[in-house]
Amino acid sequence: MTGELHADRVSWSAGGRVVVDDVDLVAAPGATIGLLGPNGSGKSSLLRLLAGLRPTSSGVVRLGDEDVARMSRRSVARRLALVDQERSVDTEPSVADVVGLGRLPHRPPWAPASPRDVEVVRRCAVTTRTEHLLHRRYSTLSGGERQRVQIARALAQEPTELLLDEPTNHLDVRHQLELLALVAAAETTTVMALHDLNLAARHCDQLVLLQHGRVRAAGPPAAVVTRDLVAEVFDVDALVTVEHGTPHVRFLGAR
Amino acid sequence: MSTTRAQTRPTETGRTRNRPTRNRPALSRPALLWPVGAAVLLLSIATATTIGPSGLGPSDAFAVTVAKLGGPESGLSRIAESIIWDLRLPRAVLAAVCGAGLALCGVVLQSLLRNPLADPFVLGVSSGASTGAVTIVVLGVGAGSVGLASGAFLGALLAFGLVLVLGMAAGGTTERVILAGVAATQLFSALTSFIVFVAADAEQTRGVLFWLLGSLSNATWREVVVVGACVLVGILVCLLTAGGLDAFMFGEDSAASLGVSVLRLRIVLLVVTALVTAVIVSTSGAIGFVGLVLPHAARAIVGTRHGLLVPTATLMGAIFLVWVDTAARVVIAPQELPVGVATALVGVPAFVVILMRRARR
Repeated sequence: MTGELHADRVSWSAGGRVVVDDVDLVAAPGATIGLLGPNGSGKSSLLRLLAGLRPTSSGVVRLGDEDVARMSRRSVARRLALVDQERSVDTEPSVADVVGLGRLPHRPPWAPASPRDVEVVRRCAVTTRTEHLLHRRYSTLSGGERQRVQIARALAQEPTELLLDEPTNHLDVRHQLELLALVAAAETTTVMALHDLNLAARHCDQLVLLQHGRVRAAGPPAAVVTRDLVAEVFDVDALVTVEHGTPHVRFLGAR
Repeated sequence: MSTTRAQTRPTETGRTRNRPTRNRPALSRPALLWPVGAAVLLLSIATATTIGPSGLGPSDAFAVTVAKLGGPESGLSRIAESIIWDLRLPRAVLAAVCGAGLALCGVVLQSLLRNPLADPFVLGVSSGASTGAVTIVVLGVGAGSVGLASGAFLGALLAFGLVLVLGMAAGGTTERVILAGVAATQLFSALTSFIVFVAADAEQTRGVLFWLLGSLSNATWREVVVVGACVLVGILVCLLTAGGLDAFMFGEDSAASLGVSVLRLRIVLLVVTALVTAVIVSTSGAIGFVGLVLPHAARAIVGTRHGLLVPTATLMGAIFLVWVDTAARVVIAPQELPVGVATALVGVPAFVVILMRRARR
């Protein structure tokens, strides 16, 4: 089961500043969309709007046929999962407890985990290669392990839409590639904010380049990751080569 | 070290993988938790009623209880009966329900505010109660302990209302609520000091001080019923929202993305904890450290899931306060130590241990 995620001319202001400005975004069922842009370009805020965590100032976010703002938090959580950049805890949960959070939308708040919940947690841990960590304390994990655990938690929600904010942060190269391959293989409609242009170009079907909260360019990787756009938006000189339709960036230095 | 400990902590998942049972502490099995905890609690209350200067043993306490509940006559003097039925037993039971309520509020507030150092008094409730109680004592309104209790309760509600209004007006995030609680605590402490300084005589000051330090010595069955009912409702609400409390593990956005109506749940739980705290404070003063330390102790035993944590922490809080209050009664007899002082004497070292463990991470 997959779903369509659609932001229709969405804007969001905070503290008098327009953070997300008139953004259109369509994620077709099963597609993997990469959000690119420098720090402060509105990637994380856009993801929060897509997840329905903030009310839009104008515009509508649609999940399938439904307006996210009109859906209950619970019905959103049953089909859309978000992995944000919050990875710290104040208590000492086990990893299984953290992954198990993903099952909360699927049962009443007073009910204990069902055998199916337990099975889903195990399956998602296997998918993300965190099965061996399930009995560890979450606070003892490395940044990369925490990230994989958070993704396992999100998958345990059994989402049709998956939103990821900088999922490759804190990961070494091998884990970055593994994780993006995992996301690309998942049947979910995925929107993720990424810093690494080359990883984004290789693993996403479509890219959206944000600048000052607006969409500067959108389309297939080869149309978005170009020398001129990279120079203009990121303020760096770069050499872009295209191999088999996939652009590759070599940075030459700040301008 | 943490790895070994983590592996002895069971999880749902662990059970399906047939991990050896010896690695699993018996108490973390929910089926055993309630009966074992309740048995220990009953035994503690029973023992507490037999401890004291009058030379009444367990069989006497049992006989009196049976007689009062409609059984055969106990055969003891009316004074002996009264010591057990009107003094010690309601006091031990009140200690249990207060301990349970304080630990419950501690669990909820630590999760909800995502602050391991939060306790039931973080919302300004206890200092508001003090102001209310002091006002009643100094103005001489109302009759004895009843007037004092209702004054304290009103003060507590006033303080909590102020905190909610301030916190919500400032944006309603958890930090704002905590800051509003700090502000209210300071304000009402100043008011209390002001009233005592300006208006109270030495006798009144002593009475107020004893109450401020926390004391269960005015326990009657009426208080047991009132506090007990509130605490039971509180426990029930928390068990019904246990999943929502779990979802706050990574903060409000994470809770919302896990399907929790954050604002609604937060208001419900803040109101419930404020009411429970206000009722407890108005009958027994501000008994510190139970709500701060016991939730941590409970987490160390059963982990962080609230379905298990709430019953564990409340049972532990109840048992803890029964014993600390008993100790406070007898340790410097015939004088009585205010129970708040006793819980602090036990609680501060425990608090230091928690701080050190956090620092080592």
